Amino acid sequence: MNLDAPLRHDPATESEADPRLPANTRLKIIDGDVHPALRSPADLKPYLSQRWWEHFQTWGGRRRSGMSYEPYPKSQPRASRRDAWPEEGGAPGSSLRLMREQFLDAYGIEYGILGPLGLTGQSEFNLEFAGAIASAANDWQRESFSKPEPRLKSAIVVPYDDAEAAAREIDKRADDPAYAQVFMLTRSQEPAGRKRYWPIYAAAERHGLPVGMHVFGASGHPYTGAGWPSYYIEESSGHSTSCQTVVTSLVMEGVFERFPKLKVVIIEGGFGWLPALTWRLDKLFERMRSEVPHLKRRPSEYIREHIWLTTQPMEEPKDPRQLFDIMEWIGWDRLLFASDYPHWDFDDPFRAFPAGLPRERLHQILTSNGKAVYRLA
Amino acid sequence: MPRHVVAKAQDLPPGTRKLVHVAGRDIVILNVKGELFALSDKCPHKGGSLARGKLTGLVQSSEPGTYQYSRVGEMLRCPWHGWEFDVRTGRSWCDPTRLRLLNYAVSVEPGAKVVAGPYVAETFPVTVEDAYIVVETK
Repeated sequence: MNLDAPLRHDPATESEADPRLPANTRLKIIDGDVHPALRSPADLKPYLSQRWWEHFQTWGGRRRSGMSYEPYPKSQPRASRRDAWPEEGGAPGSSLRLMREQFLDAYGIEYGILGPLGLTGQSEFNLEFAGAIASAANDWQRESFSKPEPRLKSAIVVPYDDAEAAAREIDKRADDPAYAQVFMLTRSQEPAGRKRYWPIYAAAERHGLPVGMHVFGASGHPYTGAGWPSYYIEESSGHSTSCQTVVTSLVMEGVFERFPKLKVVIIEGGFGWLPALTWRLDKLFERMRSEVPHLKRRPSEYIREHIWLTTQPMEEPKDPRQLFDIMEWIGWDRLLFASDYPHWDFDDPFRAFPAGLPRERLHQILTSNGKAVYRLA
Repeated sequence: MPRHVVAKAQDLPPGTRKLVHVAGRDIVILNVKGELFALSDKCPHKGGSLARGKLTGLVQSSEPGTYQYSRVGEMLRCPWHGWEFDVRTGRSWCDPTRLRLLNYAVSVEPGAKVVAGPYVAETFPVTVEDAYIVVETK
């Protein structure tokens, strides 16, 4: 079978991001959510001590959601595009060759910000093991992706259940330009603003690195306030509630008072929910300010100043003007394009945004906002 | 109506598919249990290539607690976001009026007829002995 279809575009969806345009006139796309994958756990072996490799071989991992790494089966195998499985074997995201061909080169990506999921040490019960695996995942990203391919920027994966170890990991990596963000997950053991996590925010602020909060995380808590839902659809839509918990907690606990230069990027939770949450928090704050006297400003001001959101998986209302209104309410300088490559809900930068989005807004989302948030060479 | 010879019939047995490029279009040819379908390859939602999609059946439910599974292999699911298209009509199951694939007439023609023309077969040496898959573009 011949499945090697060349990349083609509809004239109707052409934009200045189109790779057929000369390189110097093309928008330089910064992608805030790219997922590298291990070919097998042995990819981490060179970066683990013999003690931890043997521990992993003998005992494996034990995450807080139980035996399964993913409580809900996905809509596509490995939650990935069916066209993203490398010919040479391995999972989607494990082949730099295919990632270049199908994604970086095909779309003209200037920088892709990595966010590894799976075997990263995050949410492991054994905190020393968590720290060893997270550190190995950081070495692996740099050696397997950022070093051979400078367009890909690694994340400093932190074992956030042990904030001191997480802060040490940030300090160890921060001067290396291969790393562009600190990486956490939204479903943590306690709401993200709690003091136990503050050493992570202190380290991130100290080094000028944004903290990416990506959806998922095996906290052990059910995905809703009423327990475990039945369907993957419910897990997927429920990511936005986990993001709301992160934003609310960071604001209410005073994290942005304590760390006034901290930048937080909410990844893969959509963004349509943020205006309503902000209005509600402001309204409640006006009535209950004395409960949180450590807050010197309205919640909306902290959110406007400290929170960025990646666009994928974008809300898709029938009337795109409703989407543009929401983007306007959030702030055009707060939204970052993300593709989620190679996952099934991938957003194509040429087709994700509805027609009618003003050119200068598209430029902000695809390019300039990412440059303002991430530490890029 | 240009008619394009896209494959030898024997090269596309039941359960297989082929992505072809004819008249400036990407078209996926599917052989579902001996029946041929030809649909535009690009998903009208966000552009995924349907040639890489999974063929599934149609799950319906008249009320909670019951389901009917029918039309096995006749729904083509986009490899990206999972939109389902009916291979017989090209229409999306969830949004049939707004999202549809173009579907093309496709048939198996004997070599003798193909040789006689008027068929477009730039890339195929055609012989009278074989049978060929022919797609009609509108």
